[in-house]
Amino acid sequence: MITTVQALTPKTRRTTELLLVVVAVGLTLMAWVSVDAGVRGAVPAELFTVGGGLLALAVGFHLVLRWKAAYADPLLLPIATLLNGLGLVMIHRIDLSAGRPNTSGFAVNQLIYTGIAVVLAAALIIWLRDHRLLRRYSYTAMAVGLGLLLMPLLPVIGNEELGSRIWIRIGPMSFQPGELAKIVLTVFFAGYLVQTRDVLSIAGRKVLGFTFPRARDLGPILIAWMLSIAVLVFERDLGSSLLFFGLFVAMLYVATERVGWIAVGLLLFAAGAYVAWLLFGHVQQRVALWLDPFSQASMETSDQLAKGLMGMGTGGLFGTGLGQGRPYLTAFPDSDFIFASFGEEIGLFGVFALLMLFALFVERGVRTALGVRDGFGKLLAIGLAFSVALQVFVVIGGVTRVIPLTGLTTPFMSRGGSALLANWMLMAILLRVSDQARRPEPVEDPVARAAAASAETQVVRLP
Amino acid sequence: MNAPIRRLGVLIAALFVGLLVATTSIQVVQAPSLRALSFNRRTLLDNYSRDRGAILIAGTPVARSVKTDDDLGYLRTYPQAALFSHVTGYYSFTYGAGGGIEGSSDALLAGTADELFYQRISDLLTGTASRGATLELTINPKAQQAASDALGNQRGAVVALDPRTGAILAMVSHPQYDPNQLSGHDLDAVEAAMKRLTADKTTPLVNRAIGGNLYPPGSVFKIVTAAAALSTGAVTEQTMIPAPASMDLPESSAPLPNYDLRACGPNNETTLRHALEISCNTAFGWIGLKVGATALHEQAKKFGFESSLRVPMRVTSSVFPADLDRPHTAQSAIGQFDVRVTPLQVAMISAAIANNGVLMKPYLVGKVLGPNLETIDSPTPEVLSQAVSPQVAATIRSMMVSVVETGTGRPARIDGISVAGKTGTAEQGNGKPPHAWFTAFAPADNPQIAVAVVVEDGGNLGEEAAGGRLAGPIARAVMKAVIG
Repeated sequence: MITTVQALTPKTRRTTELLLVVVAVGLTLMAWVSVDAGVRGAVPAELFTVGGGLLALAVGFHLVLRWKAAYADPLLLPIATLLNGLGLVMIHRIDLSAGRPNTSGFAVNQLIYTGIAVVLAAALIIWLRDHRLLRRYSYTAMAVGLGLLLMPLLPVIGNEELGSRIWIRIGPMSFQPGELAKIVLTVFFAGYLVQTRDVLSIAGRKVLGFTFPRARDLGPILIAWMLSIAVLVFERDLGSSLLFFGLFVAMLYVATERVGWIAVGLLLFAAGAYVAWLLFGHVQQRVALWLDPFSQASMETSDQLAKGLMGMGTGGLFGTGLGQGRPYLTAFPDSDFIFASFGEEIGLFGVFALLMLFALFVERGVRTALGVRDGFGKLLAIGLAFSVALQVFVVIGGVTRVIPLTGLTTPFMSRGGSALLANWMLMAILLRVSDQARRPEPVEDPVARAAAASAETQVVRLP
Repeated sequence: MNAPIRRLGVLIAALFVGLLVATTSIQVVQAPSLRALSFNRRTLLDNYSRDRGAILIAGTPVARSVKTDDDLGYLRTYPQAALFSHVTGYYSFTYGAGGGIEGSSDALLAGTADELFYQRISDLLTGTASRGATLELTINPKAQQAASDALGNQRGAVVALDPRTGAILAMVSHPQYDPNQLSGHDLDAVEAAMKRLTADKTTPLVNRAIGGNLYPPGSVFKIVTAAAALSTGAVTEQTMIPAPASMDLPESSAPLPNYDLRACGPNNETTLRHALEISCNTAFGWIGLKVGATALHEQAKKFGFESSLRVPMRVTSSVFPADLDRPHTAQSAIGQFDVRVTPLQVAMISAAIANNGVLMKPYLVGKVLGPNLETIDSPTPEVLSQAVSPQVAATIRSMMVSVVETGTGRPARIDGISVAGKTGTAEQGNGKPPHAWFTAFAPADNPQIAVAVVVEDGGNLGEEAAGGRLAGPIARAVMKAVIG
């Protein structure tokens, strides 16, 4: 048998990406047409102008990738484009049934936010030539992240809406800083953990086959825990609290490869959750609603969850068809409950496809984490990917009664500019890391070499 | 770090599998029960926003659905407002289909009934929107109007039947209500109207003709007693019946007196014919004891007591008490004690006598029409029972003619037409004025209509009320409206 050893030159797959982006925009426009046909019985007049705009944005981003990150993962952009597009369609669909005209509906705002998000994400790709540059800003990221997280608590600009204090408002502009904090803190966690992982992973005591960390090494996880509790108590934001703590524990586990940390994390989580349940009426309410959303008492407290479930039940296997159901009967049908809106109109098959899109997006992130060679990149990629997975689980799991409803945005889909912007930025960073992961000759990249030299990270060259 | 990343990947996969399972559970497993939740607004809207079939009376809609621009799709309207309220019932988004045909024939009107299966298949194939069936009722609008006008502001009910078929010609219950107030799309106004109607002490939502708190029949029940007596042979037309001013009941200290406290004939005796004419209590008390509780009970059942009827609204069964002792048997024989009837039941008694003893099943839906007004179903008249033999029916008929010609029923006479009737004045025994009854059929030799009228609590006459004076003219008005 003859084996020929060839120099491996991986394909960039950029053309695949372009093709998929066109498909994503096409699917979005088809969904839009069926919404307007279903609700108004007419084809949207702006189909080609808006459709062209969307295509231009997505293809523009694709060209930036061709230019600045040729080896970036080819699936992330098409998935984000499709999710973002379908989200727009559903927001527009709710606009239509709420009687909001095309020109002043929420979909127009969301469209503008999409444009801003795509441009800023492209700018991030151009500016961030190598993800390892971010490591320099680890501690800046910590300060910025904490600042963003706690900003809504500030007196003048902090703003309480629907019982949660997670907004800041400056004049007519409002912003939900928690979404950006998620990314910035992931950068900090990755930078911090890649430095301290040796200490956190080696020392410890063995109990029942697990190595448990020493008491004095518990500091970081305790700080993260207390911060999460603070978010829960002062901002009443269950979802973000869960997200930050879960993210930190997951990254800690990856960094140290020690299951003991997960045990400690789960213990702390259980303790925090139990105390929160004891102390706060709104936590007890959420749990009661989760256990029995249709009881008399629950329906009087809040029928949101019940309404969403009834909407999904109506959808059944195939759904009512876009524009032909009544998702507007559900509370927050274009934000917290957008998944239930899709469940009603595109049915089980449709939402399975949506869940697979999210799963595929996360899987590309995990693959990037596996493929990239530096520890910081690995932690950053798995952190970002896991944050998306956890967020999808917390929000959709809340809507589908897997866990109590906590209120987070559905990535790329929910109405709201801050979340959309944050998710596109997140994807930009993932793309940058994946470009590094898939690039064939890392040592030929002078920046990478410089970064690798300056970092303690061992560069392992793969055959 | 790749090993923990892989393990985390497995955890992520598990999270997604959890979501897939939960979504499947909701959209497939729980979907039927979610859709069936009583407060599921989507199901309510689906059911409500259909092109519901109309309800026609003499070709004119008395309930129809009008297309609207709002969420609810169609507005149910009742052009005649209150007149047919207990016949049609109401169709409300908030309270569903209730009372009358709307409630009892909901599946036909909505188009979901099994009878419409082939219709739905053809709708599916031709791609037309599924529509409900239209129902043509047997009500005679002139009789209905006459009954309602004659009752006026008095509480009570009127039921008229075609004795030959059982078709219901009039069904009026006072007070009425306007079903438009419940079918409106201003849901707050609907809720307020419903609260007002249910709180109203005169219970306008109750169809007194077939339900509600059944009435004591009083002397109209004497037709049943007479039928039992003649059928068992306990009494013939020639029998001289003891008929003193007051009758001492066996095993009881309370006597059974006549209405006017006088004997019904010379030597305290009378015939069955005369006893019926003047509604002699003591004579019928004696007959009751002679015939016995069991025979009375059996005869009452043949006239429809204790049967569960649907016309298609469910009719409350009329009651003849079981296990009677002798004093109570005598009281029951004159329609007092615990005998309780619906006005429909009383009309059925007259109808059976009118129809040679054959009791026809009462019905309200004459025709079921498809979306294009083609006839899907037209019920054929059904015999419910042979209540009495034709001979007994003929005898009682001629006695009832005497009641109207020379007896207590004179207020119901119609010029040139022979009317057969029987009065009733049912004491309530609670200090309230009596219920006034009248039941009749006409023309006596060729009956086209049998009618029963009850006016509650003495109507406008109060303590002075008597069946003939108060209820007789109402029955007369309804019969005249049909016969001409």
